[in-house]
Amino acid sequence: MLVVENISKHFSGVAALDNINLEIHAGEVTAIVGENGAGKSTLMKILSGVYADYEGRVLLRGKLVTFSSPKHAQECGIAIIHQELNLIPYLSITENIFLGRELTAWGGLDKKAMRLKTLELLKRLKLNLDPDTLVVDLKVGQQQVVEIAKALLTESEVIIMDEPTSAISDNEVKVLFEIINDLRKENKAVVYISHKLDELFKIADRYVVLRDGKLIESGRMKDVQTNDIIRKMVGREVRLVRNRSSKAQNCELLEVEKLYLKNPERSGEYLLNDISFCLNKGEILGVFGLMGAGRTELLEAIFGQHPKYTSGAIRIGGKEYTYSSSIEAIKAGLALVPEDRKKDGLVLGLDVQKNIAITTLKEREVLGLLHMGMETELCEKYRSDLNIKSSSSKQTAGSLSGGNQQKIVIAKWLATHPKILLLDEPTRGIDINAKNEIYKLMLDLTGQGLGIIMVSSELPEILAVSDRVMVLSEGNVTAQIAIEEATEENILKAAIPKSI
Amino acid sequence: MNLKLYKTYFIKFQSLIALFVICLLISLLSDKFLTVSNGWNVMRQISVNVCISVGMTLIVLTAGIDLSVGSVLALCGAITAGLLSDGIGIMPVDLYIGFTLLGAILVGLFCGTFIGGFNGWVITRFNVPPFVATLAMLTIARGLTLLYTEGHPISGLGENFAYIGTGWLLGVPVPVWISALVVVAAVIITNKTRLGRYIYAIGGNESASRLSGINIGRVKIIVYAIAGGLAAIGGLMVTSRLDSAQPNAGVSYELDSIAAVVIGGASLSGGKGTILGTVLGAIIIGVLNNGLVLLNVSPFWQQVVKGMVILLAVIIDKSNAKSR
Repeated sequence: MLVVENISKHFSGVAALDNINLEIHAGEVTAIVGENGAGKSTLMKILSGVYADYEGRVLLRGKLVTFSSPKHAQECGIAIIHQELNLIPYLSITENIFLGRELTAWGGLDKKAMRLKTLELLKRLKLNLDPDTLVVDLKVGQQQVVEIAKALLTESEVIIMDEPTSAISDNEVKVLFEIINDLRKENKAVVYISHKLDELFKIADRYVVLRDGKLIESGRMKDVQTNDIIRKMVGREVRLVRNRSSKAQNCELLEVEKLYLKNPERSGEYLLNDISFCLNKGEILGVFGLMGAGRTELLEAIFGQHPKYTSGAIRIGGKEYTYSSSIEAIKAGLALVPEDRKKDGLVLGLDVQKNIAITTLKEREVLGLLHMGMETELCEKYRSDLNIKSSSSKQTAGSLSGGNQQKIVIAKWLATHPKILLLDEPTRGIDINAKNEIYKLMLDLTGQGLGIIMVSSELPEILAVSDRVMVLSEGNVTAQIAIEEATEENILKAAIPKSI
Repeated sequence: MNLKLYKTYFIKFQSLIALFVICLLISLLSDKFLTVSNGWNVMRQISVNVCISVGMTLIVLTAGIDLSVGSVLALCGAITAGLLSDGIGIMPVDLYIGFTLLGAILVGLFCGTFIGGFNGWVITRFNVPPFVATLAMLTIARGLTLLYTEGHPISGLGENFAYIGTGWLLGVPVPVWISALVVVAAVIITNKTRLGRYIYAIGGNESASRLSGINIGRVKIIVYAIAGGLAAIGGLMVTSRLDSAQPNAGVSYELDSIAAVVIGGASLSGGKGTILGTVLGAIIIGVLNNGLVLLNVSPFWQQVVKGMVILLAVIIDKSNAKSR
């Protein structure tokens, strides 16, 4: 279907892709795996027409193609569904699907025909919704289906999905996989990019491993196992050794008692319901929950982001804490590494140093002016402590890889010498090496007496790192499990809402 | 490699190069341009715009905008002029308060700062978009100016006051001294202080800044207050130079200052830009205005040329950003 021959792409002298050869077959799902910076997104950008200048050839159905623009690639039958969806929130499903290719009749829009076609597409994708629904009212998973419908409308033969499951619940993943299976039956070629290896084993037929811009190996999914692929991605085996000891709980560090969070959008409903728990010094509390369980909201409420809607008591080190603002939270010794580091964690346009320094500027004020020497010192300390890879401390944060960006966010919080670290999906979208560095760092920090609350939607991560697991479901604590007794099964069981 | 280095230098100094080219062209066409007296003349003319634009830059860096500076300039100039010439009379009790020069100036500056701070308060407290909040203030302040002046210029302000706009100190016009001080202070604020760092951080990513413990509301109020204060300084300079407060002073000054900010390379979406860039932008606009007058270009064409320069500056900026 789609053949890539000797593709190379250089960015200012550095090879992002080095002589890649691969074939993508119709009626199969091809998984592309690799660490961040391995060249996955560069390859996808070439295939979808974002980059027009590269070495090598792309053949579609045996014919040489050079895409001049994403639109051109789409017309040739290649559709890409990005991690960040490209839909217009205040237009309806129909209007979004037909955007840029509206049907016309008598010089006006043929709304009836478009609506019918949309209905048909939605039916095919088993999305039982009115085509006139506004996209803003859809769940993320449903929006993804709308994107797929868009691809089907243009009769795309190749559908590329970039991390499609990163923001959707397990149920929605199931639906998505059913759709992908249908696409496979319709003889479409699906290219699937994901960090979640266990997913790939459920859905993919073939795999392609990229590392440092080179194609390391490709083959059939059924011939390999997770560990084989991981080894090829990183070139070495990774394992986390953790000596755990669950101590008696004494609430010396943090005590949360009867915490409620009202839903600001719907009065009478609660996002968090009667949450009570403790955190000890040197302990990692893993918080697991499905989408919508209230994981992020819990951390935000503790960090003083919803003071108007929060009620309940929080004590830090035995002292009452009023959760009224982030300023208050930082004073109390809290630090929050947010889920979306680009949106909430970093100022991408500022350099590494300024990002790290931002939380502690006050400490380096001399006669009202910032002491640059001290700031550089601070930055260099964390750059080497956390192994942040940047060409210099003056490199802009936005130009770094996800793992390094995450380390900067952590560094800026460590600079405040927190007592409690709140980590929201600390390893989302970062490569395995950086993941392991962050796990190791977390263990080091607990060794120094810090308490960590880690929210994660990945069970293996929860089980590997936590001392204790707290499970949230629809805003309630449904289980608190000591790590010795925790298994994937009993955690998941507690996480699944009872209403389903 | 060398070529690339040249290119980055070119990009870095492109506004300087543009200014140089403009100066060269004008001086070839007019022998009055490159003279000392004309040089000071241009500098004096742009000092008002420089003051306002410095404040505008701080606001634009936070991803905001201030459309009210022209009206605030007029109002503060009028208030100072009114206090100087008439003081405050409270009729029913037959009380009259006279003002010294310094007193009148301070009240004018306070009014500007207060109005700016009020803008910031409205924007942060009620989450009103800066464009709308300051658009409203543009009308309010202009209306207050007309009310206060009853639509007539206030003149006869005395020689001492005229010194601010027309005097010389150590061979340099006083307005140039004032604007230079403002620029130096702003450069220090943006590069060397916590406030400056917060301004860039908020413009770059407001939600990350909030989570980092920055008091967004306070920073914004301070920034808008500074801009209001600088508009008031501009108002003093204008009023002093004309020796009268005109009710329609400063009309469309906000546009000139936004133009200077944009030509100076700042991004209206915040987080990117420098004070010195803006100063260069203001100088380019000033030199263009001056040169076009010297060349006897009709004022209508001057506007067209100015607009085209703004467009050109932004287009070059965008294409540089792309090629990087």
